[in-house]
Amino acid sequence: MDFTIDSEQKALVKAVRGLITNVYDSSETRREITKTDAGFAAWEQLAEMGVLSLPFEASAVEVSLAAEELGKVIAPDPFVEAIVLAGGLIDALGTDDQKKQYVDAVAGGEILPILAWLEPGKRWSAEASSVTFADGKLNGVKAPVVQAERADLLLVTAALPEGGTGVFLVEGATAVETVVTNDGGRAATVTFGDTPAVQLGEGGDQTGAIEVALDRARIAYAHEALGAMETALTTTVAYLKTRKQFGVTLNTFQALNHRASDMYVALELARSTITWATIVAADEDTTPAQLAAAASHSALQVSVAGRHIGLDSIQLHGGIGMTAEYSVGHYASRLIAIEHLIGDGEFHRARLAATVGDHDVFDPIG
Amino acid sequence: MRLQLSAEDQAFREEMREFFTTQVPQDIRDTMINHGEITRDQIVRSQQALNAAGLAVPGWPVEWGGKDWSQLQRHIWHEEMQLAGVIPPLAFNASMVGPVIATFGSQEIKERFLAKTANLDIWWSQGFSEPDAGSDLAGLRTTAVRDGDHYVVNGQKTWTTLGQYGDWIFCLVRTDPNAPKKQMGISFLLIDMKTEGLTVRPIELIDGGHEVNEVFFDNVRVPVENLVGEENKGWTYAKFLLGNERVGIAQVGASQRNLATAKDKAKELGVFDQYASRIADIENQLTALELTALRVAAGSSGDKPHPASSVLKIKGSQLTQAVSDLFVDLEGPSAITSHETRIFLNNRKVSIYGGSNEIQRQIIAGTILGL
Repeated sequence: MDFTIDSEQKALVKAVRGLITNVYDSSETRREITKTDAGFAAWEQLAEMGVLSLPFEASAVEVSLAAEELGKVIAPDPFVEAIVLAGGLIDALGTDDQKKQYVDAVAGGEILPILAWLEPGKRWSAEASSVTFADGKLNGVKAPVVQAERADLLLVTAALPEGGTGVFLVEGATAVETVVTNDGGRAATVTFGDTPAVQLGEGGDQTGAIEVALDRARIAYAHEALGAMETALTTTVAYLKTRKQFGVTLNTFQALNHRASDMYVALELARSTITWATIVAADEDTTPAQLAAAASHSALQVSVAGRHIGLDSIQLHGGIGMTAEYSVGHYASRLIAIEHLIGDGEFHRARLAATVGDHDVFDPIG
Repeated sequence: MRLQLSAEDQAFREEMREFFTTQVPQDIRDTMINHGEITRDQIVRSQQALNAAGLAVPGWPVEWGGKDWSQLQRHIWHEEMQLAGVIPPLAFNASMVGPVIATFGSQEIKERFLAKTANLDIWWSQGFSEPDAGSDLAGLRTTAVRDGDHYVVNGQKTWTTLGQYGDWIFCLVRTDPNAPKKQMGISFLLIDMKTEGLTVRPIELIDGGHEVNEVFFDNVRVPVENLVGEENKGWTYAKFLLGNERVGIAQVGASQRNLATAKDKAKELGVFDQYASRIADIENQLTALELTALRVAAGSSGDKPHPASSVLKIKGSQLTQAVSDLFVDLEGPSAITSHETRIFLNNRKVSIYGGSNEIQRQIIAGTILGL
């Protein structure tokens, strides 16, 4: 049992941090970039550095370290969405020809793939129902689909005629209606009407593989959230030390300091679970059920700690925390968004509750 | 990064589990697991079973019965002991006065006390808190005035846990009332509780139980050879002792064992599905706590307490209370007569003792966040 990272991994962290804090050198810069057509600005550099190839060439540890650095500046680049989730699914399910066609191009930043799996009015099910596949064509609606308009390649989950869910590839024009998300990103409603599509991989029911890809992405997202929580706390602590009221700095007031201490407790507990989950994901002997448990434990920590730290960061700042010019509100907003992309607290409590009676004691290192 | 324990630590864990589940008297483990009343005799027999196997005082120096274990191994020892329902060695002996004597005492005082302390042949009580010195311990007022070969002790201690069983009491006493700082005039004194002038009075708690006491000192004469270390250096020894008190403070193993019992109880009562989400939530928090305790244990060197100990104390006490809370609710209407409700009330103490959770928040704010 070892939670430390080696020197190569430390070098990776340093490199990603250098790159991403250069592109997003302040909350204001990030805000301006999210208002541009593209909405994000570090993609080419991340590709050049090899960050976009991490899921294909390195372990879950390297992927998580990169995601955490992006989370610290809440970079709007869809690393987890496009590379870890959609890219990971191509790598896991694709035929040799499909992998040859897409993986290098995805890792090089030339093709942006996005998985369209969420459906209007539905929760976080890996099984598709609104969108169906028959006779080489997709029909139905997916929403929200993060960065769908920008995507070069959509991976669409769809109900199969014989039952089960498959993943289908759609290139080129589709009916996409995009909105700006509450955290400054882009998401769309994508409508398929007899849209030609080919299945990713060998065909048949792929629900299990989709679930594994989602769980791997949940763990990477959790690291992104962890990075965001850390910055929200350090920003708040720095503010408490400098902001003056009644002629003294805010850290003169014990009520405020104790709330910051509770945020630290929440952060460190979340860090332990989320880091552990990455080690579980990186372990070759991990079963899908163990991966699901690790993902849900992480996601539940993200839900509870993310709200706690994100929202108390605003509260401890006071009015300035409410402004779009200041950073902490954007961190809270991103944390809420991540929670609702990976499944909220109730969803993951229910997932854990389904197996909580099967064991006396849950042993995370057994 | 690696998930599993090393082969060596895994073997160590299995050795501990084997010992605790087979070599400690079954009646003791059953009482613990079923939340029964623990007797003095059971506490003594449990510690003596551990001591016979060399497992009662692993944190002590090797020459006095300790083990040359890593922090991680000490953590595993503690957690496996709790999971198995073994009564841990009496903290006053094993984690408090023993390490202080072993570290700061004279050779004579070590030989006189350490073996009997490890084997619980002497039952130690703790004489630190006073009516006006709780969280602000250095404000203590019990005095010890030198008179020939004796100190004459006058004053009052309180919250003396299990003092009714005590043979000896280790006390912080004020030996120099004129010291420039209140921390500087304090000494660490060992007192035979049978000495004339020493009286123990019970304090009844909100659970109706008798767990803590007041101890009064009325011209109690204590031989000077019972002073540990140097006169007026007691505060240094007390800080060392309170650092040790935080080892195992998270009580992860005990909460895990209790949660497992709660699951069985919920199933027996036919209400498991109703409580499954709450149980899953507590298990999620306990897993985070266990992993944090492992992270702290693996990252600590030597005997220095990790600053994150305060995190373990806060969350550990909250989860002890959360599991206890669950038990009360599982009782349903019988909660008004249930023993579980008395345990729940008793467990209010865990966020108060060992440095209250508010003190721990102060420590985090000051030493970690720099506020």
